[in-house]
Amino acid sequence: MLSQIRAAATLLGILTVLLGLLYPAAMTAIAGAVLPNQAGGSLVTRDGQAVGSSLIGQGFSQPGYLQPRPSAAGNGYDASASSGTNLGPTSAKLAERLKADGEAMKAATGAATLPADAITTSGSGLDPDVSPAFAELQVARIAQARGIPADEVRRLIAENTAGRTLGLLGEPRVNVLAVNLALDANSPAPAGGAPAGVPTAAAQPTG
Amino acid sequence: MTVVGWLQILVILAAVVAFAVPLGAFMSKVFANERTFLTPVLGPVERGFYRVSGIDPAREQGWLGYTLGMLAFNAAGFLLLYLLLRFQGVLPLNPQSFPGLSPHLAFNTAVSFVTNTNWQSYGGETTMSHLSQMAGLTVQNFLSAATGIALAVALVRAFARSGAKTVGNFFADMTRATLYVLLPLTILTGLAQVAMGTPQTFEASATVQTLEGGEQTLALGPVASQIAIKQLGTNGGGFYNANAAHPYENPTPLSNALTIWQMLVVSTALVFAFGRLVGDRRQAVAILSVMGLLLVTGIGIAYWAEAAGTPVLAAAGLDPTGGNMEGKEIRFGLAASSMFAAVTTGLSDGAVNAMHGSFTPIGGMVPMVLIMLGEILPGGVGSGLYGILVIAIISVFVAGLMVGRTPEYLGKKIEAKEMKMAILAILILPTAILGFSSVSAVLPAALSGLGNAGPHGLSEIYYAYTSAAGNNGSAFGGLSANSPWWNTTLGLAMLLGRFAYIVPMMAIAGSLVAKTKLAPSSGTFPTHGPLFVGLLAGIILILGGLQFFPALALGPIAEQVQMLAGKTF
Repeated sequence: MLSQIRAAATLLGILTVLLGLLYPAAMTAIAGAVLPNQAGGSLVTRDGQAVGSSLIGQGFSQPGYLQPRPSAAGNGYDASASSGTNLGPTSAKLAERLKADGEAMKAATGAATLPADAITTSGSGLDPDVSPAFAELQVARIAQARGIPADEVRRLIAENTAGRTLGLLGEPRVNVLAVNLALDANSPAPAGGAPAGVPTAAAQPTG
Repeated sequence: MTVVGWLQILVILAAVVAFAVPLGAFMSKVFANERTFLTPVLGPVERGFYRVSGIDPAREQGWLGYTLGMLAFNAAGFLLLYLLLRFQGVLPLNPQSFPGLSPHLAFNTAVSFVTNTNWQSYGGETTMSHLSQMAGLTVQNFLSAATGIALAVALVRAFARSGAKTVGNFFADMTRATLYVLLPLTILTGLAQVAMGTPQTFEASATVQTLEGGEQTLALGPVASQIAIKQLGTNGGGFYNANAAHPYENPTPLSNALTIWQMLVVSTALVFAFGRLVGDRRQAVAILSVMGLLLVTGIGIAYWAEAAGTPVLAAAGLDPTGGNMEGKEIRFGLAASSMFAAVTTGLSDGAVNAMHGSFTPIGGMVPMVLIMLGEILPGGVGSGLYGILVIAIISVFVAGLMVGRTPEYLGKKIEAKEMKMAILAILILPTAILGFSSVSAVLPAALSGLGNAGPHGLSEIYYAYTSAAGNNGSAFGGLSANSPWWNTTLGLAMLLGRFAYIVPMMAIAGSLVAKTKLAPSSGTFPTHGPLFVGLLAGIILILGGLQFFPALALGPIAEQVQMLAGKTF
């Protein structure tokens, strides 16, 4: 038994060095050299300034921006504290929130039914995408806030929509940050990011 | 449900089987100690490890020596991990200056990773230093998986050998599983995950200015190196709190397909390796058919339930054809989320790409049931194979009772001793799940952790102990489990589910390896045809149903009925 214990302890030590230090260090070195952008978090820059990650959702509340799904990560899109709501299908808290958000969004958009992702939170709270249907629902509001034709907004959304991978995997999706960068490039917003004439404090997070 | 959704599911499963066949052949060579294409590179490394540790790989152990070696190795692993977590505050590679973990959280987490459960009572990005993630958690991701593979190989040898005393050398089997199987696959697929967008850096975070003028802090770290083995080793413990739902852990639909493939491939290959090692590939096909049949059924039920949505969603004005997207990511959608949920629990993985606690009652019952069935579809690496072989032993016994003959499996007579040990092993799961659940259901210290009321709250309790005892690690996340009661009892359930199962299983191996292998006679019940497939699937369902149906009726089934009646809690 003593030899077993010695073998166990020594082997554990060697394997800890190999798997816990050498292996991650080698992976980091290779990834940093070959795939520096992805290894560093797929950051997106504008005018030399990092404005987000193409993979991580961020909050948008101004009407001139495409808005993401509601988020349960921290106080919303906190990328250092990912989380879903974990509320169950018979949760009264969830039912109340959905009812209030649904009514507000139906009133703001005039839609009779809403896309399945429009008022539900994602699993991570950092979902970078919305469904094409939810993006379409927001076209009129964005066009009005920015004073540009609705078809122009649709074009920018279509350019930043990804289909199913290989026509098979996953679901079609619109990257919110990419659309909003394209919107800003197309019709620059004044300093602070608020389109002119639109109250930025309007509590319309889901409209 | 859509055609393209089902097509996606079937294509991923086909890709698993296609690769598992050659990988199984390779693994059967590795564990028969034959030369492989990796031997020139890894052989010297392997021999160096043995020399330093004083291990003679040619000196085989009996079942007891093998089991004791495994226990010593796992005890040492537990101790090292516990100390790393307790003292991470004063150890290097801690850029966020996280403090050491509390004793009960460190106990729970160390047990969790050593037992291949990877239950997480903590949020990764807000709790763990880089050193803890790498030298602690990543290492046990490898070693708990390699331990499982070694144990399965020992049981398979017990069937393959005739009148022998030994089942192999634990340290050699474990080292080979790590070096030849897990490490190469992890490096290759881990780099593929970086290419798809998973970070791999020693930086703790990046801060960016959002378009609306706010600040966003993106938690980073050595993510890819951990999550590659987390999936290949069916561990499931994520780098981030949201696990594989987090866009950094699982950035694209393609990375999602890859992670599902990673979860399934080693366990599936082990079944093929089993067929080769016992010299009858038809036996492997029969076992795999049962696994595939039940797993695809589970995927189908979950997919159907999630696509059906809930009355609460419909009442809020959501398009009923969109299904239940609460807790799910757009890039995966319903099909890939349902498939992931069934696969992660048919295995003992426990990673999640959607929040199981927000599934519909029936959709959330599927992962719970798949764990209760013993996580043998195809199960955790190693643990799935030895799990289903124990049930196969029970199945041939039942068949033997029906026709009044001494049962045999793979040429070995199944007698009283094997049956006693098999039943002992089977009873661990209901004892741990139902025992701890019933106490928690009335204990205020336990109930204060619940995040949902009504039957869903009871489901949270069941799911927690089911996940722990089954060494799965997924959760109905509404439960706040980071408290002394939950951390301690869940830790105990994990230990029972792992080691109290392994010891009787290894006793079966010890008993079988000594028996002479009999040639099939006219009275032998063939264990490779559709009849056996049906019998084995039936036994799995009957055993699971008898043990857990009453519990399920009070939890998810009651919730489904109440939900359809429009009730909320």
